[in-house]
Amino acid sequence: MPGITREEVAHLARLARLELADEELDHFAGQLDDIIGAVARVSEVADQDVPPTSHPLPLTNVMRADEVRPSLTPEQALSGAPAQEQQRFKVPQILGED
Amino acid sequence: MTDNSTIIKLTAAEIAAKIASGELTAVQVTEAHLARIEAVDEKVHAFLHVDREGALAQARAVDEKRARGEELGPLAGVPLALKDIFTTQGIPTTVGSKMLEGWIPPYDATLVKRLKAADVVILGKTNMDEFAMGSSTENSAYGPTGNPWDLTRIPGGSGGGSSAALAAYQAPLAIGTDTGGSIRQPAAVTGTVGVKPTYGAVSRYGMVAFSSSLDQGGPCARTVLDAALLHEAIAGHDPLDSTSIDAPVPPVVEAARNGSVAGMRVGVVKQFRGEGYQAGVVQRFDESVELLKSLGAEIVELDCPTFDLALSAYYLIAPSECSSNLARFDGLRYGLRAGDDGSRSAEDVTALTREAGFGPEVKRRIILGTYALSSGYYDAWFGSAQKVRTLITREFEAAFEQVDVIVSPTTPTTAFAIGERADDPMAMYLADLCTIPTNLAGNAAMSLPCGLAPEDGLPVGLQIIAPALKDDRLYKVGAAVEAAFVEKWGHPLLEEAPSL
Repeated sequence: MPGITREEVAHLARLARLELADEELDHFAGQLDDIIGAVARVSEVADQDVPPTSHPLPLTNVMRADEVRPSLTPEQALSGAPAQEQQRFKVPQILGED
Repeated sequence: MTDNSTIIKLTAAEIAAKIASGELTAVQVTEAHLARIEAVDEKVHAFLHVDREGALAQARAVDEKRARGEELGPLAGVPLALKDIFTTQGIPTTVGSKMLEGWIPPYDATLVKRLKAADVVILGKTNMDEFAMGSSTENSAYGPTGNPWDLTRIPGGSGGGSSAALAAYQAPLAIGTDTGGSIRQPAAVTGTVGVKPTYGAVSRYGMVAFSSSLDQGGPCARTVLDAALLHEAIAGHDPLDSTSIDAPVPPVVEAARNGSVAGMRVGVVKQFRGEGYQAGVVQRFDESVELLKSLGAEIVELDCPTFDLALSAYYLIAPSECSSNLARFDGLRYGLRAGDDGSRSAEDVTALTREAGFGPEVKRRIILGTYALSSGYYDAWFGSAQKVRTLITREFEAAFEQVDVIVSPTTPTTAFAIGERADDPMAMYLADLCTIPTNLAGNAAMSLPCGLAPEDGLPVGLQIIAPALKDDRLYKVGAAVEAAFVEKWGHPLLEEAPSL
């Protein structure tokens, strides 16, 4: 099984939207490599004819009748937002000015 | 007139009885606990938020209800410390993270609604490892909690605040959540009782998700009966939670009132001992097994080889689910937003917010989970871990064909020193060695005190594991063991803790 390199940690951090500092990358790379090494034994069962268990319960989607019911007001729903405008979450721009 | 020092030592069942009979008022009881929090919490740091006015208002409502002659529930007026992972309307919920600092939810979790409906008085929110990730409560963004037995040691994690509040007599009841042992491990190292109910038995609606297929809320208390009373108050089907089991709550209170192990078959798993287990922990566990025999139980040796892989499977599955669940903390919808100076894109603001808002353990697990789920590695890591989960579940099923319950040490060691394992994640993860298999399989488990380790004088926990939906067996066995130990010691173990 492969270990995990500093470059991979940087790539994974980008995928996970984490702006890690250089020293964090160094720190995590060592630790994650140790962890990956320690948990690698799970792959020993990978070739066996064992179905994976994703959840301890058999899950079915919960549906209810499509009826209007009291809910949070827009003010309540937005009360924890870092910024809001016109009863909407106010978010930074997605595209540049160009 | 009962003084505050007497009130705080009462069990929840005793408090409820005294309030029902009029010997104490709910306000008196609440004030006694608020005074205790004020006196000792600077040292213990069990609470992140104390809702003094809210608690007193709830207590006054209970007293008024009693004055009107209305029927009171079995826990009416009993104070409770609530892990800061449950949403509470109008009261901050931080999950021990800077990410949600100051966030005030607009709704109550189902568990909180049930506590309020049961007239339980919520004193405040307790400290925890950030997003419930940890085994020591050192990962809280608001500083660590101390173990009341020795304030330089950890109170367990992630629910260290809840267990410390019990051990410090700041509350007779508390709520925790258990993803890999976060109710049982803190209970073990603080000399209290903690129960992870069957997965799906207690609603997760309004509980901030860490690893959705493993997380389970449950009761923490100082006695088995108190835990049962709380269990009954919070358990039951919730249509708002798709993982909630639609089945009757087992008769846990009845079981706790009728403790017995006579004729029971009790399993001892070979894999729950050996390297890494502290000698004093093993000694107290062996004595517990002898005690069970003397109480009429038949001991059956079990071999569950896949349990040795449980820790590895857990540290792939839990981070994978965490990396998905925590994607919602993007700086756009809740709490913290960093770097939004008008010059950066939403993507950059999200990355800067997550960097500023999450602590090291959370970042470590997000990256690990992202790795385990990423293309090319998914089958080798996440897929293999899920197969191990199947094997562990099968081994539990086979074991429960031979025995009624399984017992083990709850933790391999007693409480370690704050900072001792901070830079060694694998050493930290070993704290949950005995508790994790149960989370993977979804069955029920309890930890209760079984003595002090001779080498350090710190509490040791005995873990009892029962099949899914047979939670009452935990209480039946737990109550019998507790009664036998209290008779042997002459008092509850917690009375041996030093004064704060």
